Amino acid sequence: MKKGSILNQSNFLIINRFLALLLLIMPSLVWADGGSKKDGEDEKFNPSELINHHIADSHVWEIYHGLTVHLPVIVYSEEKGFDVFSSANFYDHEEVVPYNGYIMDHDHISLESGGHVFDISITKNVLFLFIDAALLILVFTAVARGYKKNAGRAPRGIQSFFEPIIMFIRDDIAKENIGPKYGKFMPFLLTVFFFIWFGNLLGLLPGAANLTGNISVTLTLAVITLLITTFSGRKTYWLHIVDPLGKSMPWLGKIFMYLILWPVEIIGIFTKPFSLMIRLFANITAGHILILSIISLAFVFQSLAVGVVGAIFATVMNMLELFVAVLQAYVFTLLSALYFGQAVEEHH
Amino acid sequence: MALVTPDIGLIIWQLIVFLIVLFILRAFVWRPILSALKAREHQIEDSLRAADNAKEEMEQIKADNEYLLQEARIERDAILKEAKEESVHIIEHAKAETSDITSKMIQDARDAIEVEKKAALTEVKDLVAALSLEIAEKVLRENLSDDKSQKALVSKFIKDVKVN
Repeated sequence: MKKGSILNQSNFLIINRFLALLLLIMPSLVWADGGSKKDGEDEKFNPSELINHHIADSHVWEIYHGLTVHLPVIVYSEEKGFDVFSSANFYDHEEVVPYNGYIMDHDHISLESGGHVFDISITKNVLFLFIDAALLILVFTAVARGYKKNAGRAPRGIQSFFEPIIMFIRDDIAKENIGPKYGKFMPFLLTVFFFIWFGNLLGLLPGAANLTGNISVTLTLAVITLLITTFSGRKTYWLHIVDPLGKSMPWLGKIFMYLILWPVEIIGIFTKPFSLMIRLFANITAGHILILSIISLAFVFQSLAVGVVGAIFATVMNMLELFVAVLQAYVFTLLSALYFGQAVEEHH
Repeated sequence: MALVTPDIGLIIWQLIVFLIVLFILRAFVWRPILSALKAREHQIEDSLRAADNAKEEMEQIKADNEYLLQEARIERDAILKEAKEESVHIIEHAKAETSDITSKMIQDARDAIEVEKKAALTEVKDLVAALSLEIAEKVLRENLSDDKSQKALVSKFIKDVKVN
Protein backbone atom coordinates (compact mmCIF):
# COMPACT_ATOMS: atom_id res chain seq x y z
CA MET A 1 0.00 0.00 0.00
CA LYS A 2 2.67 2.43 1.08
CA LYS A 3 5.02 1.40 -1.71
CA GLY A 4 2.25 1.88 -4.27
CA SER A 5 1.47 5.38 -3.09
CA ILE A 6 5.16 6.36 -3.28
CA LEU A 7 5.38 5.06 -6.83
CA ASN A 8 2.22 6.87 -7.83
CA GLN A 9 3.57 10.02 -6.30
CA SER A 10 6.78 9.86 -8.33
CA ASN A 11 4.81 9.19 -11.52
CA PHE A 12 2.54 12.06 -10.69
CA LEU A 13 5.53 14.35 -10.17
CA ILE A 14 6.97 13.43 -13.57
CA ILE A 15 3.65 14.10 -15.28
CA ASN A 16 3.31 17.34 -13.35
CA ARG A 17 6.73 18.53 -14.43
CA PHE A 18 5.88 17.69 -18.05
CA LEU A 19 2.60 19.56 -17.77
CA ALA A 20 4.30 22.54 -16.18
CA LEU A 21 6.73 22.71 -19.10
CA LEU A 22 3.89 22.62 -21.60
CA LEU A 23 1.99 25.25 -19.68
CA LEU A 24 5.03 27.50 -19.78
CA ILE A 25 5.33 27.14 -23.53
CA MET A 26 1.72 27.11 -24.67
CA PRO A 27 0.53 30.50 -23.34
CA SER A 28 3.57 32.16 -24.85
CA LEU A 29 2.68 30.64 -28.21
CA VAL A 30 -0.87 31.89 -27.84
CA TRP A 31 0.41 35.29 -26.79
CA ALA A 32 2.77 35.50 -29.74
CA ASP A 33 0.07 34.52 -32.19
CA GLY A 34 -2.36 36.93 -30.59
CA GLY A 35 0.16 39.70 -30.94
CA SER A 36 0.51 39.17 -34.65
CA LYS A 37 -3.22 39.01 -35.12
CA LYS A 38 -3.69 42.36 -33.45
CA ASP A 39 -1.69 44.04 -36.19
CA GLY A 40 -4.61 43.74 -38.64
CA GLU A 41 -6.94 45.83 -36.45
CA ASP A 42 -9.91 45.95 -38.79
CA GLU A 43 -9.82 42.19 -39.49
CA LYS A 44 -12.33 40.60 -37.12
CA PHE A 45 -11.27 37.22 -35.73
CA ASN A 46 -13.49 34.42 -37.04
CA PRO A 47 -12.92 31.17 -35.09
CA SER A 48 -15.09 28.98 -37.32
CA GLU A 49 -13.09 30.03 -40.38
CA LEU A 50 -9.83 29.24 -38.56
CA ILE A 51 -11.08 25.86 -37.41
CA ASN A 52 -12.46 24.90 -40.82
CA HIS A 53 -9.23 25.95 -42.42
CA HIS A 54 -7.26 23.70 -40.03
CA ILE A 55 -9.49 20.69 -40.48
CA ALA A 56 -10.13 20.87 -44.21
CA ASP A 57 -7.80 19.65 -46.93
CA SER A 58 -5.69 22.20 -48.75
CA HIS A 59 -3.43 22.68 -51.76
CA VAL A 60 -0.87 24.43 -49.58
CA TRP A 61 0.83 23.28 -46.43
CA GLU A 62 0.99 26.14 -43.99
CA ILE A 63 3.51 24.92 -41.43
CA TYR A 64 3.01 28.12 -39.45
CA HIS A 65 1.86 31.59 -40.31
CA GLY A 66 4.27 32.83 -42.96
CA LEU A 67 5.94 29.51 -43.80
CA THR A 68 3.93 27.91 -46.56
CA VAL A 69 4.74 24.98 -48.84
CA HIS A 70 2.89 25.07 -52.16
CA LEU A 71 1.98 21.52 -53.12
CA PRO A 72 1.68 20.22 -56.68
CA VAL A 73 -1.70 20.30 -58.38
CA ILE A 74 -2.65 17.37 -60.62
CA VAL A 75 -5.90 17.88 -62.50
CA TYR A 76 -7.75 16.23 -65.34
CA SER A 77 -10.62 17.69 -67.32
CA GLU A 78 -12.22 16.64 -70.58
CA GLU A 79 -11.44 19.99 -72.16
CA LYS A 80 -7.81 20.41 -71.08
CA GLY A 81 -6.63 16.86 -70.33
CA PHE A 82 -3.98 16.25 -67.66
CA ASP A 83 -2.27 19.23 -66.09
CA VAL A 84 0.42 19.33 -63.41
CA PHE A 85 1.57 22.61 -61.86
CA SER A 86 2.39 24.17 -58.51
CA SER A 87 -0.43 25.56 -56.41
CA ALA A 88 1.78 28.65 -55.96
CA ASN A 89 0.38 29.76 -59.35
CA PHE A 90 -2.98 30.41 -57.71
CA TYR A 91 -1.48 32.86 -55.24
CA ASP A 92 -0.42 36.40 -55.88
CA HIS A 93 0.68 37.92 -52.56
CA GLU A 94 -2.01 36.24 -50.42
CA GLU A 95 -4.60 36.93 -53.13
CA VAL A 96 -6.14 33.90 -54.84
CA VAL A 97 -6.01 34.38 -58.60
CA PRO A 98 -7.05 32.27 -61.61
CA TYR A 99 -4.32 30.39 -63.42
CA ASN A 100 -4.22 28.98 -66.95
CA GLY A 101 -7.99 28.72 -67.18
CA TYR A 102 -8.36 27.15 -63.71
CA ILE A 103 -9.87 28.91 -60.73
CA MET A 104 -9.52 27.90 -57.10
CA ASP A 105 -12.25 28.73 -54.63
CA HIS A 106 -11.72 27.54 -51.03
CA ASP A 107 -9.23 24.93 -52.26
CA HIS A 108 -11.74 23.62 -54.79
CA ILE A 109 -10.40 23.78 -58.35
CA SER A 110 -12.71 24.22 -61.34
CA LEU A 111 -12.50 25.54 -64.88
CA GLU A 112 -13.11 29.19 -65.61
CA SER A 113 -15.54 28.04 -68.28
CA GLY A 114 -17.49 26.28 -65.52
CA GLY A 115 -16.51 22.73 -66.52
CA HIS A 116 -15.85 19.95 -64.00
CA VAL A 117 -12.26 19.17 -62.98
CA PHE A 118 -11.07 15.85 -61.74
CA ASP A 119 -8.65 16.80 -58.95
CA ILE A 120 -6.03 14.25 -57.88
CA SER A 121 -3.54 16.79 -56.52
CA ILE A 122 -0.97 16.06 -53.85
CA THR A 123 -2.91 17.97 -51.22
CA LYS A 124 -1.87 18.43 -47.59
CA ASN A 125 -3.73 15.24 -46.68
CA VAL A 126 -2.13 13.28 -49.52
CA LEU A 127 1.29 14.52 -48.36
CA PHE A 128 0.56 13.33 -44.84
CA LEU A 129 -0.78 10.10 -46.26
CA PHE A 130 2.66 9.61 -47.85
CA ILE A 131 4.38 10.52 -44.58
CA ASP A 132 2.16 8.10 -42.67
CA ALA A 133 2.87 5.33 -45.20
CA ALA A 134 6.62 6.01 -45.20
CA LEU A 135 6.65 6.04 -41.39
CA LEU A 136 4.80 2.70 -41.28
CA ILE A 137 7.21 1.09 -43.70
CA LEU A 138 10.31 2.54 -42.03
CA VAL A 139 9.24 1.63 -38.50
CA PHE A 140 8.00 -1.85 -39.25
CA THR A 141 10.82 -2.90 -41.53
CA ALA A 142 13.05 -1.97 -38.57
CA VAL A 143 10.87 -4.12 -36.33
CA ALA A 144 11.01 -6.99 -38.82
CA ARG A 145 14.80 -6.67 -39.00
CA GLY A 146 14.82 -7.12 -35.24
CA TYR A 147 13.10 -10.45 -35.66
CA LYS A 148 15.67 -11.55 -38.20
CA LYS A 149 18.61 -10.36 -36.08
CA ASN A 150 17.34 -11.65 -32.74
CA ALA A 151 15.85 -14.86 -34.11
CA GLY A 152 15.10 -17.22 -31.25
CA ARG A 153 16.11 -14.62 -28.67
CA ALA A 154 14.33 -12.01 -26.58
CA PRO A 155 13.13 -8.91 -28.50
CA ARG A 156 15.22 -5.73 -28.32
CA GLY A 157 14.70 -2.01 -28.87
CA ILE A 158 11.90 -0.95 -31.18
CA GLN A 159 11.00 -4.60 -31.67
CA SER A 160 10.19 -5.03 -27.98
CA PHE A 161 8.05 -1.89 -28.05
CA PHE A 162 5.83 -3.10 -30.87
CA GLU A 163 5.78 -6.81 -30.08
CA PRO A 164 3.20 -6.57 -27.25
CA ILE A 165 0.97 -4.45 -29.49
CA ILE A 166 1.25 -6.92 -32.37
CA MET A 167 0.58 -9.78 -29.95
CA PHE A 168 -2.41 -7.90 -28.54
CA ILE A 169 -3.89 -7.43 -32.00
CA ARG A 170 -3.28 -11.08 -32.80
CA ASP A 171 -4.49 -12.62 -29.55
CA ASP A 172 -7.11 -10.23 -28.20
CA ILE A 173 -8.52 -8.78 -31.41
CA ALA A 174 -8.07 -11.32 -34.21
CA LYS A 175 -8.13 -14.70 -32.44
CA GLU A 176 -10.84 -13.59 -30.06
CA ASN A 177 -13.27 -12.31 -32.69
CA ILE A 178 -12.44 -14.23 -35.86
CA GLY A 179 -11.57 -17.64 -34.48
CA PRO A 180 -9.17 -20.17 -35.95
CA LYS A 181 -9.23 -18.57 -39.43
CA TYR A 182 -7.72 -15.31 -38.14
CA GLY A 183 -4.45 -15.75 -40.04
CA LYS A 184 -5.43 -14.31 -43.41
CA PHE A 185 -6.92 -11.17 -41.83
CA MET A 186 -3.85 -10.37 -39.73
CA PRO A 187 -1.98 -8.25 -42.34
CA PHE A 188 -5.01 -6.00 -42.87
CA LEU A 189 -5.79 -5.67 -39.16
CA LEU A 190 -2.19 -4.84 -38.25
CA THR A 191 -1.80 -2.40 -41.13
CA VAL A 192 -5.08 -0.63 -40.48
CA PHE A 193 -4.37 -0.37 -36.74
CA PHE A 194 -0.95 1.18 -37.15
CA PHE A 195 -2.04 3.29 -40.13
CA ILE A 196 -4.83 4.88 -38.10
CA TRP A 197 -2.76 5.18 -34.93
CA PHE A 198 0.20 6.80 -36.65
CA GLY A 199 -2.17 9.00 -38.70
CA ASN A 200 -3.96 10.12 -35.54
CA LEU A 201 -0.65 10.97 -33.85
CA LEU A 202 0.62 12.79 -36.94
CA GLY A 203 -2.60 14.83 -36.95
CA LEU A 204 -1.87 16.00 -33.41
CA LEU A 205 1.44 17.56 -34.44
CA PRO A 206 1.26 21.32 -34.89
CA GLY A 207 0.88 22.27 -38.53
CA ALA A 208 -0.01 18.73 -39.56
CA ALA A 209 -2.95 17.59 -41.67
CA ASN A 210 -6.10 16.11 -40.21
CA LEU A 211 -5.62 12.89 -42.19
CA THR A 212 -7.59 10.32 -40.18
CA GLY A 213 -10.26 12.91 -39.45
CA ASN A 214 -10.96 13.23 -43.16
CA ILE A 215 -14.09 11.53 -44.38
CA SER A 216 -12.46 10.37 -47.64
CA VAL A 217 -9.75 8.49 -45.71
CA THR A 218 -12.15 6.84 -43.28
CA LEU A 219 -14.53 6.06 -46.15
CA THR A 220 -11.78 4.24 -48.05
CA LEU A 221 -10.73 2.24 -44.99
CA ALA A 222 -14.36 1.33 -44.22
CA VAL A 223 -14.98 0.26 -47.82
CA ILE A 224 -11.92 -2.02 -47.69
CA THR A 225 -13.34 -3.59 -44.53
CA LEU A 226 -16.71 -4.00 -46.28
CA LEU A 227 -15.10 -5.63 -49.32
CA ILE A 228 -13.05 -8.06 -47.22
CA THR A 229 -16.13 -8.94 -45.17
CA THR A 230 -18.26 -9.49 -48.28
CA PHE A 231 -15.70 -11.57 -50.14
CA SER A 232 -14.85 -13.78 -47.19
CA GLY A 233 -18.53 -14.35 -46.30
CA ARG A 234 -19.34 -18.02 -45.76
CA LYS A 235 -22.66 -19.83 -46.08
CA THR A 236 -23.70 -19.00 -42.52
CA TYR A 237 -23.11 -15.29 -43.09
CA TRP A 238 -25.27 -15.12 -46.20
CA LEU A 239 -27.94 -17.34 -44.67
CA HIS A 240 -28.21 -14.88 -41.80
CA ILE A 241 -28.97 -12.17 -44.33
CA VAL A 242 -31.20 -14.13 -46.74
CA ASP A 243 -33.01 -16.32 -44.23
CA PRO A 244 -32.60 -14.74 -40.78
CA LEU A 245 -35.62 -16.51 -39.28
CA GLY A 246 -34.38 -19.97 -40.25
CA LYS A 247 -36.69 -22.86 -39.40
CA SER A 248 -38.63 -21.01 -36.73
CA MET A 249 -41.54 -20.28 -39.08
CA PRO A 250 -43.24 -21.85 -42.15
CA TRP A 251 -42.28 -20.34 -45.51
CA LEU A 252 -45.64 -18.67 -46.05
CA GLY A 253 -45.32 -16.69 -42.84
CA LYS A 254 -41.71 -15.86 -43.48
CA ILE A 255 -42.39 -14.35 -46.92
CA PHE A 256 -44.34 -11.48 -45.39
CA MET A 257 -41.78 -10.93 -42.66
CA TYR A 258 -39.02 -10.89 -45.23
CA LEU A 259 -40.63 -8.06 -47.18
CA ILE A 260 -39.55 -5.96 -44.19
CA LEU A 261 -36.52 -7.94 -43.01
CA TRP A 262 -34.65 -8.16 -46.31
CA PRO A 263 -34.28 -4.39 -46.75
CA VAL A 264 -33.21 -4.16 -43.10
CA GLU A 265 -30.61 -6.90 -43.52
CA ILE A 266 -29.28 -5.40 -46.75
CA ILE A 267 -29.04 -1.96 -45.17
CA GLY A 268 -27.31 -3.70 -42.25
CA ILE A 269 -24.45 -4.82 -44.50
CA PHE A 270 -23.68 -1.17 -45.22
CA THR A 271 -24.41 0.40 -41.84
CA LYS A 272 -21.54 -1.49 -40.23
CA PRO A 273 -18.76 0.03 -42.38
CA PHE A 274 -20.71 3.31 -42.41
CA SER A 275 -20.47 3.43 -38.63
CA LEU A 276 -16.73 2.71 -38.89
CA MET A 277 -16.33 5.61 -41.30
CA ILE A 278 -18.32 8.09 -39.19
CA ARG A 279 -16.84 7.02 -35.85
CA LEU A 280 -13.21 7.55 -36.80
CA PHE A 281 -13.94 10.74 -38.75
CA ALA A 282 -16.09 12.26 -36.03
CA ASN A 283 -13.85 11.37 -33.11
CA ILE A 284 -10.67 12.71 -34.61
CA THR A 285 -12.25 15.80 -36.14
CA ALA A 286 -14.13 16.56 -32.94
CA GLY A 287 -10.89 16.41 -30.97
CA HIS A 288 -9.25 18.87 -33.35
CA ILE A 289 -12.25 21.19 -33.29
CA LEU A 290 -12.34 21.12 -29.49
CA ILE A 291 -8.68 21.99 -29.05
CA LEU A 292 -8.84 24.72 -31.68
CA SER A 293 -12.02 26.15 -30.14
CA ILE A 294 -10.48 26.33 -26.69
CA ILE A 295 -7.43 28.12 -28.04
CA SER A 296 -9.64 30.44 -30.11
CA LEU A 297 -11.40 31.57 -26.96
CA ALA A 298 -8.37 33.68 -26.11
CA PHE A 299 -8.76 35.63 -29.36
CA VAL A 300 -12.53 35.86 -29.11
CA PHE A 301 -12.30 37.42 -25.64
CA GLN A 302 -8.99 39.18 -26.39
CA SER A 303 -7.83 38.18 -22.92
CA LEU A 304 -4.55 36.79 -21.63
CA ALA A 305 -6.26 35.20 -18.60
CA VAL A 306 -8.60 33.26 -20.86
CA GLY A 307 -5.57 32.34 -22.96
CA VAL A 308 -3.74 30.85 -19.96
CA VAL A 309 -6.78 28.90 -18.78
CA GLY A 310 -7.45 27.83 -22.36
CA ALA A 311 -3.86 26.66 -22.76
CA ILE A 312 -4.12 24.54 -19.61
CA PHE A 313 -7.35 23.09 -20.89
CA ALA A 314 -6.01 22.54 -24.40
CA THR A 315 -2.97 20.73 -22.95
CA VAL A 316 -5.23 18.39 -21.02
CA MET A 317 -7.29 17.87 -24.17
CA ASN A 318 -4.11 17.09 -26.09
CA MET A 319 -3.26 14.39 -23.57
CA LEU A 320 -6.74 12.99 -24.00
CA GLU A 321 -6.29 13.09 -27.77
CA LEU A 322 -3.12 10.99 -27.44
CA PHE A 323 -5.28 8.38 -25.79
CA VAL A 324 -8.12 8.81 -28.30
CA ALA A 325 -5.55 8.28 -31.09
CA VAL A 326 -4.82 4.75 -29.94
CA LEU A 327 -8.37 4.09 -28.77
CA GLN A 328 -9.91 4.88 -32.16
CA ALA A 329 -7.30 2.77 -33.96
CA TYR A 330 -8.20 -0.05 -31.57
CA VAL A 331 -11.95 0.39 -32.07
CA PHE A 332 -11.68 0.42 -35.86
CA THR A 333 -9.51 -2.70 -35.81
CA LEU A 334 -11.68 -4.47 -33.25
CA LEU A 335 -14.92 -3.82 -35.15
CA SER A 336 -13.34 -4.84 -38.46
CA ALA A 337 -12.24 -8.09 -36.81
CA LEU A 338 -15.76 -8.55 -35.44
CA TYR A 339 -17.27 -8.19 -38.94
CA PHE A 340 -14.70 -10.59 -40.40
CA GLY A 341 -15.56 -13.01 -37.60
CA GLN A 342 -19.24 -12.89 -38.52
CA ALA A 343 -18.34 -13.44 -42.17
CA VAL A 344 -16.23 -16.56 -41.63
CA GLU A 345 -18.35 -18.03 -38.83
CA GLU A 346 -19.32 -21.65 -39.43
CA HIS A 347 -22.81 -22.90 -38.78
CA HIS A 348 -23.31 -24.20 -35.28
CA MET B 1 -20.87 20.49 -45.58
CA ALA B 2 -17.46 20.38 -47.25
CA LEU B 3 -16.28 18.53 -44.13
CA VAL B 4 -18.44 15.46 -44.83
CA THR B 5 -18.16 15.47 -48.61
CA PRO B 6 -15.74 12.76 -49.75
CA ASP B 7 -13.08 13.99 -52.13
CA ILE B 8 -12.48 11.60 -55.02
CA GLY B 9 -8.80 12.58 -55.40
CA LEU B 10 -8.01 11.80 -51.78
CA ILE B 11 -10.00 8.56 -51.95
CA ILE B 12 -7.93 7.43 -54.94
CA TRP B 13 -4.65 8.33 -53.25
CA GLN B 14 -5.74 6.74 -49.98
CA LEU B 15 -6.76 3.54 -51.76
CA ILE B 16 -3.51 3.30 -53.75
CA VAL B 17 -1.20 4.19 -50.88
CA PHE B 18 -2.99 2.06 -48.31
CA LEU B 19 -3.01 -0.98 -50.58
CA ILE B 20 0.68 -0.52 -51.45
CA VAL B 21 1.54 -0.21 -47.76
CA LEU B 22 -0.64 -3.21 -46.98
CA PHE B 23 1.07 -5.40 -49.58
CA ILE B 24 4.59 -4.25 -48.73
CA LEU B 25 4.04 -4.77 -45.02
CA ARG B 26 2.29 -8.08 -45.60
CA ALA B 27 5.13 -9.48 -47.67
CA PHE B 28 8.16 -8.07 -45.85
CA VAL B 29 6.97 -7.34 -42.35
CA TRP B 30 3.85 -9.03 -41.04
CA ARG B 31 4.59 -12.47 -42.45
CA PRO B 32 8.14 -12.71 -41.06
CA ILE B 33 7.08 -11.18 -37.74
CA LEU B 34 4.07 -13.43 -37.28
CA SER B 35 5.97 -16.53 -38.28
CA ALA B 36 8.86 -15.54 -36.00
CA LEU B 37 6.43 -15.06 -33.13
CA LYS B 38 4.83 -18.40 -33.84
CA ALA B 39 8.21 -20.08 -34.12
CA ARG B 40 9.30 -18.57 -30.83
CA GLU B 41 6.12 -19.68 -29.12
CA HIS B 42 6.66 -23.19 -30.46
CA GLN B 43 10.25 -23.07 -29.29
CA ILE B 44 9.23 -21.98 -25.80
CA GLU B 45 6.56 -24.64 -25.68
CA ASP B 46 8.98 -27.28 -26.89
CA SER B 47 11.61 -26.20 -24.39
CA LEU B 48 9.12 -26.37 -21.55
CA ARG B 49 7.97 -29.78 -22.68
CA ALA B 50 11.57 -30.94 -23.04
CA ALA B 51 12.33 -29.69 -19.55
CA ASP B 52 9.32 -31.55 -18.21
CA ASN B 53 10.40 -34.67 -20.06
CA ALA B 54 13.92 -34.34 -18.71
CA LYS B 55 12.55 -33.98 -15.20
CA GLU B 56 10.41 -37.04 -15.66
CA GLU B 57 13.30 -38.96 -17.14
CA MET B 58 15.49 -37.88 -14.25
CA GLU B 59 12.94 -39.19 -11.82
CA GLN B 60 12.67 -42.40 -13.78
CA ILE B 61 16.46 -42.78 -13.70
CA LYS B 62 16.47 -42.06 -9.99
CA ALA B 63 13.82 -44.69 -9.43
CA ASP B 64 15.77 -47.10 -11.63
CA ASN B 65 18.91 -46.43 -9.66
CA GLU B 66 17.09 -46.99 -6.40
CA TYR B 67 15.73 -50.24 -7.76
CA LEU B 68 19.13 -51.35 -9.00
CA LEU B 69 20.68 -50.48 -5.66
CA GLN B 70 18.00 -52.42 -3.84
CA GLU B 71 18.53 -55.34 -6.16
CA ALA B 72 22.29 -55.16 -5.68
CA ARG B 73 21.83 -55.13 -1.92
CA ILE B 74 19.61 -58.17 -2.04
CA GLU B 75 22.06 -59.94 -4.30
CA ARG B 76 24.97 -59.06 -2.05
CA ASP B 77 23.10 -60.39 0.95
CA ALA B 78 22.28 -63.55 -0.93
CA ILE B 79 25.88 -63.99 -2.02
CA LEU B 80 27.14 -63.43 1.51
CA LYS B 81 24.68 -65.88 2.89
CA GLU B 82 25.59 -68.47 0.31
CA ALA B 83 29.28 -67.93 0.92
CA LYS B 84 28.80 -68.40 4.65
CA GLU B 85 26.86 -71.58 4.09
CA GLU B 86 29.45 -72.75 1.66
CA SER B 87 32.29 -72.07 4.08
CA VAL B 88 30.47 -73.85 6.90
CA HIS B 89 29.84 -76.73 4.57
CA ILE B 90 33.46 -76.82 3.47
CA ILE B 91 34.71 -76.74 7.03
CA GLU B 92 32.38 -79.51 8.08
CA HIS B 93 33.28 -81.50 5.08
CA ALA B 94 36.98 -81.01 5.76
CA LYS B 95 36.54 -81.96 9.38
CA ALA B 96 34.70 -85.11 8.46
CA GLU B 97 37.29 -85.99 5.86
CA THR B 98 40.15 -85.36 8.29
CA SER B 99 38.66 -87.53 11.00
CA ASP B 100 38.06 -90.28 8.44
CA ILE B 101 41.63 -90.09 7.29
CA THR B 102 43.03 -90.08 10.83
CA SER B 103 40.91 -92.94 11.95
CA LYS B 104 41.92 -94.85 8.84
CA MET B 105 45.57 -94.04 9.49
CA ILE B 106 45.22 -95.13 13.09
CA GLN B 107 43.52 -98.29 11.92
CA ASP B 108 46.30 -98.86 9.39
CA ALA B 109 48.91 -98.29 12.07
CA ARG B 110 47.11 -100.65 14.36
CA ASP B 111 46.90 -103.26 11.64
CA ALA B 112 50.57 -102.81 10.86
CA ILE B 113 51.47 -103.11 14.53
CA GLU B 114 49.35 -106.18 14.82
CA VAL B 115 51.03 -107.74 11.80
CA GLU B 116 54.48 -106.76 13.10
CA LYS B 117 53.58 -108.07 16.51
CA LYS B 118 52.44 -111.38 15.07
CA ALA B 119 55.54 -111.59 12.93
CA ALA B 120 57.72 -110.79 15.94
CA LEU B 121 55.94 -113.33 18.09
CA THR B 122 56.33 -115.97 15.38
CA GLU B 123 60.01 -115.16 15.14
CA VAL B 124 60.39 -115.24 18.92
CA LYS B 125 58.57 -118.54 19.02
CA ASP B 126 60.78 -119.89 16.27
CA LEU B 127 63.84 -118.56 18.03
CA VAL B 128 62.73 -120.00 21.38
CA ALA B 129 62.03 -123.32 19.73
CA ALA B 130 65.39 -123.25 17.96
CA LEU B 131 67.17 -122.24 21.17
CA SER B 132 65.33 -124.84 23.16
CA LEU B 133 66.30 -127.41 20.64
CA GLU B 134 69.92 -126.21 20.66
CA ILE B 135 70.03 -126.16 24.46
CA ALA B 136 68.46 -129.56 24.66
CA GLU B 137 70.90 -130.86 22.10
CA LYS B 138 73.86 -129.38 23.94
CA VAL B 139 72.62 -130.64 27.29
CA LEU B 140 72.18 -134.05 25.90
CA ARG B 141 75.49 -133.90 24.12
CA GLU B 142 77.53 -132.85 27.29
CA ASN B 143 76.37 -135.98 29.19
CA LEU B 144 75.03 -134.28 31.89
CA SER B 145 76.90 -135.71 34.88
CA ASP B 146 76.14 -133.41 37.66
CA ASP B 147 73.78 -130.78 38.54
CA LYS B 148 76.48 -128.21 38.97
CA SER B 149 77.92 -128.47 35.63
CA GLN B 150 74.44 -128.65 34.21
CA LYS B 151 73.47 -125.48 35.91
CA ALA B 152 76.71 -123.80 34.76
CA LEU B 153 76.10 -124.90 31.30
CA VAL B 154 72.60 -123.62 31.25
CA SER B 155 73.59 -120.23 32.47
CA LYS B 156 76.46 -120.23 29.96
CA PHE B 157 73.98 -120.80 27.22
CA ILE B 158 71.64 -118.16 28.50
CA LYS B 159 74.56 -115.83 28.49
CA ASP B 160 75.29 -116.69 24.94
CA VAL B 161 71.66 -116.14 24.09
CA LYS B 162 71.71 -112.74 25.63
CA VAL B 163 74.82 -111.82 23.69
CA ASN B 164 73.06 -112.76 20.48
